[in-house]
Amino acid sequence: MADANAKRGSQAARPLSPHLQIYKMPINMLMSIVHRITGGALYVGTILVACVLVAAASGADAYNTVTSWLAWWPGQIVLIGYTWALLHHLAGGVRHFIWDTGHGYALETVDLLSWGTLAFSATATVLIWGYVLLCTGGAAP
Amino acid sequence: MSMRTPLKNVRYLGSAKEGADHFWLQRVTAAANLLLSIFAICLVLSLVGADHGQVKATLANPLYALPLLLFVVSAAIHMRLGMQVIIEDYVHGEAAKIALLLLNTFFAIAVAGASTLSILKLSFGG
Repeated sequence: MADANAKRGSQAARPLSPHLQIYKMPINMLMSIVHRITGGALYVGTILVACVLVAAASGADAYNTVTSWLAWWPGQIVLIGYTWALLHHLAGGVRHFIWDTGHGYALETVDLLSWGTLAFSATATVLIWGYVLLCTGGAAP
Repeated sequence: MSMRTPLKNVRYLGSAKEGADHFWLQRVTAAANLLLSIFAICLVLSLVGADHGQVKATLANPLYALPLLLFVVSAAIHMRLGMQVIIEDYVHGEAAKIALLLLNTFFAIAVAGASTLSILKLSFGG
C-alpha cells in the first residue's frame, strides 16, 4: 500500500491548477471585481451628494461649511476618488451593454473592452481634475 | 411534516411573472444614468468655484433642476438593485439578509428623498 502510493506520488510532480502563486488574474476578472467595488463606493458616496444638496438648500452658511470641507485636501481626495469611481462604473456599464447584445465575447475583445474601461476612466478623471484645478488653483468645487 | 422538496412544491405552478424585472430595471436605470450622469458631471463642472447664490440661481432653472432630480431618482433605484445583489451574494443568514435588504431600501429612499426635497426647494427659490 505504501509502495503503491509512493510510486503514484513520484509520477505526479506536476503543478496543481489553478495554482495561487503562479496564477495571473485575467483583466476582465479584475475589472468585474472593480465594477462591483466602485458600485459599492458610489452607493456610500451618495451620502456626500445628498449632504451637498441638503446644505445648498439649507442656506449659504451650511453650503459654505460643506464646500470648505470638500476643498480641504482629504475632501479633494474623496472627490477625485468619487469622480474616478463614477466614470469607471459608467464605462463598465457601457461594456456590459455591449455584452448584453451578445457581441464582444472573443477573448481579444474582452481584453480590449476591459483595458478600455480602465483607460477611459483614468484619462477622463485626469482631464476633469486638470480642468477643476486649473479653474480654482486647487480650491473649492 | 411534508416530505416534499421545496422544488416539488412550486413546480408546474407557473412563473411568478417577475423573473426578468430586476435585470430589466437595472438596465433601464443604467441607460438613464449614462445620459444623466454625464449631464450631472457637466453641471458640477460649470459650478466649480461658484458661490451659494450662483448654485441657487442655476437650480432655479428647471432645465438644470429637472435632469438633476431625475438623475438622483434613477441612481437611487439603480444602486438599490445593485446593493440588493451584493447582499444576496454575500449574506447567507436569513435574518441578517432580510434586515440588510430592508435597510438597503430605506437608505436608497432616504437619499433620494433628501436630495429630491433639496433640489425642489432650490428650484422653487427657497
